[in-house]
Amino acid sequence: MGEFKVHRVRFFNYVPSGIRCVAYNNQSNRLAVSRTDGTVEVYNLSANYFQEKFFPGHESRATEALCWAEGQRLFSAGLNGEIMEYDLQALNIKYAVDAFGGPIWSMAASPSGSQLLVGCEDGSVKLFQITPDKIQFERNFDRQKSRILSLSWHPSGTHIAAGSIDYISVFDVKSGSAIHKMIVDRQHMGVSKRKCIVWGVAFLSDGTVISVDSAGKVQFWDSATGTLVKSHLIANADVQSIAVAEQEDSFVVGTAEGTVFHFQLVPVTSNSSEKQWVRTKPFQHHTHDVRTVAHSPTALISGGTDTHLVIRPLMEKVEVKNYDAALRKITFPHRRLISCSKKRQLLLFQFAHHLELWRLGSTVATGKNGDTLPLSKNADHLLHLKTKGPENIICSCISPCGSWIAYSTVSRFFLYRLNYEHDNISLKRVSKMPPFLRCALQILFSEDSTKLFVASNQGALHIVQLSGGSFKHLHAFQPQSGTVEAMCLLAVSSDGNWLAASGTSAGVHVYNVKQLKLHCTVPAYNFPVTAMAIAPNTNNLVIAHSDQQVFEYSIPDKQYTDWSRTVQKQGFHHLWLQRDTPITHISFHPKRPMHILLHDAYMFCIIDKSLPLPNDKTLLYNPFPPTNESDVIRRRTAHAFKISKIYKPLLFMDLLDERTLVAVERPLDDIIAQLPPPIKKKKFGT
Amino acid sequence: MAALEEEFTLSSVVLSAGPEGLLGVEQSDKTDQFLVTDSGRTVILYKVSDQKPLGSWSVKQGQVITCPAVCNFQTREYIVVHDNKVLRIWNNEDVNLDKVFKATLSAEVYRILSVQGTEPLVLFKEGAVRGLEALLADPQQKIETVISDEEVIKWTKFFIVFRHPVLIFITEKHGNYFAYVQMFNSRILTKYTLLLGQDENSVIESFTASVDRKFISLMSLSSDGCIYETLIPIRPTDPEKNQTLVRSLLLKAVVSGNTRNGVALTALDQDHIAVLGSPQAASKECLSVWNIKFQTLQTSKELPQGTSGQLWYYGENLFMLHGKSLTVIPYKCEVSSLAGALGKLKYGQDPGTHVMPRFVNWETPQGCGLGFQNSEQSRRILRRRKIEVSLQPEVPPSKQLLSTIMEDSEKHIEVEVRKFLALKQTPDFHTVIGDTVTGLLERCKAEPSFYPRNCLVQLIQTHVLSYSLCPDLMEIALIKKDVQLLQLCLQQFPDIPESVTCACLKIFLSIGDDSLQETDVSMESVFDYSNSVHDEKMEEQTEILQNGFNPEEDKCSNCDQELNKKPQDETKESTSCPVVPKRAALLNAILHSAYSETFLLPHLKDIPAQHITLFLKYLYFLYLKCSENATMTLPGIHPPTLNQIMDWICLLLDANFTVVVMMPEAKRLLINLYKLVKSQISVYSELNKIEVSFRELQKLNQEKNNRGLYSIEVLELF
Repeated sequence: MGEFKVHRVRFFNYVPSGIRCVAYNNQSNRLAVSRTDGTVEVYNLSANYFQEKFFPGHESRATEALCWAEGQRLFSAGLNGEIMEYDLQALNIKYAVDAFGGPIWSMAASPSGSQLLVGCEDGSVKLFQITPDKIQFERNFDRQKSRILSLSWHPSGTHIAAGSIDYISVFDVKSGSAIHKMIVDRQHMGVSKRKCIVWGVAFLSDGTVISVDSAGKVQFWDSATGTLVKSHLIANADVQSIAVAEQEDSFVVGTAEGTVFHFQLVPVTSNSSEKQWVRTKPFQHHTHDVRTVAHSPTALISGGTDTHLVIRPLMEKVEVKNYDAALRKITFPHRRLISCSKKRQLLLFQFAHHLELWRLGSTVATGKNGDTLPLSKNADHLLHLKTKGPENIICSCISPCGSWIAYSTVSRFFLYRLNYEHDNISLKRVSKMPPFLRCALQILFSEDSTKLFVASNQGALHIVQLSGGSFKHLHAFQPQSGTVEAMCLLAVSSDGNWLAASGTSAGVHVYNVKQLKLHCTVPAYNFPVTAMAIAPNTNNLVIAHSDQQVFEYSIPDKQYTDWSRTVQKQGFHHLWLQRDTPITHISFHPKRPMHILLHDAYMFCIIDKSLPLPNDKTLLYNPFPPTNESDVIRRRTAHAFKISKIYKPLLFMDLLDERTLVAVERPLDDIIAQLPPPIKKKKFGT
Repeated sequence: MAALEEEFTLSSVVLSAGPEGLLGVEQSDKTDQFLVTDSGRTVILYKVSDQKPLGSWSVKQGQVITCPAVCNFQTREYIVVHDNKVLRIWNNEDVNLDKVFKATLSAEVYRILSVQGTEPLVLFKEGAVRGLEALLADPQQKIETVISDEEVIKWTKFFIVFRHPVLIFITEKHGNYFAYVQMFNSRILTKYTLLLGQDENSVIESFTASVDRKFISLMSLSSDGCIYETLIPIRPTDPEKNQTLVRSLLLKAVVSGNTRNGVALTALDQDHIAVLGSPQAASKECLSVWNIKFQTLQTSKELPQGTSGQLWYYGENLFMLHGKSLTVIPYKCEVSSLAGALGKLKYGQDPGTHVMPRFVNWETPQGCGLGFQNSEQSRRILRRRKIEVSLQPEVPPSKQLLSTIMEDSEKHIEVEVRKFLALKQTPDFHTVIGDTVTGLLERCKAEPSFYPRNCLVQLIQTHVLSYSLCPDLMEIALIKKDVQLLQLCLQQFPDIPESVTCACLKIFLSIGDDSLQETDVSMESVFDYSNSVHDEKMEEQTEILQNGFNPEEDKCSNCDQELNKKPQDETKESTSCPVVPKRAALLNAILHSAYSETFLLPHLKDIPAQHITLFLKYLYFLYLKCSENATMTLPGIHPPTLNQIMDWICLLLDANFTVVVMMPEAKRLLINLYKLVKSQISVYSELNKIEVSFRELQKLNQEKNNRGLYSIEVLELF
């Protein structure tokens, strides 16, 4: 099949930001996640938990609250005191409104979705009206003594509960006055702590207020009388988050010890109508603080400092015991952070605020499968390029020849020219970028490095001619009239004639670069595109979707290829369809046109189109080489999917030349080593 | 909780009820049959459960029945008065009222009163009272006048108080009310004047009365809609003097004052009354049941067709005229409790199913309505019924068992219990077991010699009992010092309070060895330590070392030298069990029981110091035995765990340290325990060290797998 030398790279020192908030939208089955660096991601839970959209972070914009309102509008608020709305089509921030209450700690949308409530540092609770295109300040509620850390609406929209330091207030929405103040006990394991912070509140329709606090308690209050009904001490550390199911029959809390507890409303005795809240299941999927939890109809969702987004399905709610019933742990972004210059064997790593350029090492030795070869030259760190300003990098790319580097933030586009003189590198910024090149969602260089393709957030695709040290704007493909959907994925054919672009929901458009016009549109498919590439020579466009389907579309013929039709007819192997990370990169072998190379976070696969497809009875993944079998049997059992699971978690894999691969891994242990230490629990003794 | 059940109509034929409704509904000699007298000429005998008439008798055209028919329970004859003075007596076989016994009296009769167990009384309109027998002996005898002119009898009731008949009647004259109480044993007639209190204008619409040991509680419903209570003493202090009685407000505004058809009131039991009338002036009439103890409305039923303002209550049935037909509403009432009165009953039950009360209160008679039967005759009947009951094959075995418990010998009870337990499949198994135990314990308390030990053991072993179900059981066992039963209780009951656990511990520690020998204690949790000692003697020392306990190791403490002087002595002490195996088994039961530290500690302080020392020695011994093997467990089927042992050592020391430390004989033990704790600490610190080193090893291992940050490898895909 093939023997490769693999550059196994583990020096990509990438640490995802901790998760701060999650917000689940029942209507669209989407999950918004905000991280401590201000990044907001949107996951489509229906599309195999694919990270569809993301909004880059900003240094001064720590998100403290995230919520969906008015159907599918996404709002966030943070310590800079601003409320922001995100444009989910154009993938940018629509507007930011200062609430004038100091840092915002909490936000909640009214049950009807038409109002937004924020809790501020100065103790004020502010009500905003959501208008079709903006939000408008309406009024303040009675000012409290200290910051409002948590908010919850009563499902009828008449009252709200607000968690503060040492107490919970219940407000009447109509009058805006506090009708009850429920003091939370500061005692923590018999010791009086200085303060008891109410990290989360939830208002149930029967008037019960559930609070979680820094003393490790989950408490039930009667909002009508303002009295404590029940208290559960569940942790030695803070309980930091709470989320209630829509039916109000279960809720979930997350603690600083990394434990997530599930509470359920169960009958006191069988077939009795009297019910009570019972702590049913503890889950320990996190090592660090669980900062936020969400409760979808079928799953508990949690996220925290350890950067994992954990989706734990509730087995009793899952009807079919399929792969959806499995636990999902999402750690890495579903987009590419690494680009590679094949000619110069360079890797460009993208971080939040800087780029790193590395040159791979080399070896002269050869070996057999599994050998580690002695290095004649180690990898070099060539460049450390820091961005200016507080904005995170959205995307970056290095040209195949290695002499151009381009990256973009929300407000600026940067293009650099690299000069290599022996061991020295000189970097020169190409100045005077045209004003339309401000914010790019995706950047791609053509194979011969003469053209630069930029997908802007306005939906336009720009083609820029590069020559020498200068550039020239050639053309801009404007989006179809009426749509503003941003293009997130680009692919260019090796001859430079075809450019494929895909957005988050609509189909893939293929443009003819020579004639500068739209060539065709690949039929739309239900699931978003996760990766695509155009094969050399044949100009077949290979598209991977989040439901793990792979299509091959012939651009010149404007139709799916025969192989793709065969695959669809026979169907993929069930184990292939059950993988839980999307394919993030597709590439091709220059000498073997029948091969498609693709990878996700846990496997690398070469699809050999000349071989028969595996059916559900054959073994999909065979890690061991056939030893004493005859060649005939070997050929008979051989199938099109050649899979390697040696490298994981695999963030990037590409073919450098015919016999050389580069694989970038990011072991989880290395990430954990860079996180703050978790709360230590003793194993022995008392 | 009081509840009205579905009503049903008794007569399909329209009764010739006049504007005042029926004359009366009276009980007959059979529980289910009632005599209904309409205001015209007819008396009908109804069987309520069948909802049909059994017999009907009418007087001749032109005659009018003036007094409701009653039953003479002694002779099973019916008595009725027509045309005020003519008395008729007949029985079931008679067809025509004209042909039955007739007696014409010299005065007008107000009412004939009959209750079970005594002869009927005849109350004349002038207030005189005669026994029926005496009257029939000379029907034309002269009847004296008791009440004054223009005084009219409004209401009367006949009770049996302490086997003596008591008659009460209320008269009215110009808006003033008087109560007369006639005692028949002493032939005393007492007259009381009822004071209406502040509301002088109100007219009393309806009366009812109930009786307890000292007072007749007369309840009256006034035209202002309120219910008042008047307590009339049964034994008057001064019968000659005219006495006055003050009424007190019981319930306010139960019905509206101005009802068309009048209102009625009847007492259902000590706590409940039924009121007929409209709650508000405009609304339809309602039958409501009130709890007078808690002053709450228990239930109510709307009667849209209107009533005659009359209400009768017998057994479990309320009778009233609803529209034109006689309606029966069955009524049921559980023992009222606060929870029940507030409408919250934890164990709700399906309506219609009869659930056996969880516990039988032996002070009040159950079933059959035996309350008023006190004459010789009725006793005979009761006895006959009882025989019938025992002859019936479908009588549940549980009932038999309960009756056995009350009377029979221990031996017999044991056989019966065994028989019942063998059945086991009965649906009310739990309740019967509970009742049986309660019954047995009641009897134990009453008769000190009665102690059905085997029975109790069997019952405990059914696994359905708990401490809260029968708290007396352990109390009695503690008094009897029955360690075997206590051990069983400790093993089976999940909810023993700490004070009782501690009392058990006291007995287990103080009971003499010789008396222990006689008992048959379950030895399941005790392993024969003496045997194992010889077999494992060689291993012992090294094993202890493995688990970190080595008394020779630390030289720092000065007490060590003393210990080192007699090492043989020490080993001997640690390897021989300080208590006999039976006591060990009992103490193990204590170790296994559940407790809460805060509640246990104060009780532990009451145990004498030498017993504490003994227990500590035993616990220390167990600890040493634990340390002998690598898994830190004791041999045996159900041995105490290391945690239980350690927790108890801590508890005992916490509670009694100041006492124990003063005792010279406990010194060695305390030193040993001190060393034990020290060794524990060192073990745990070693464990933590090991954990850290393991983690380092793991890290090293990972690094080895990592092979650095960069490598070039060869991959072959097959």
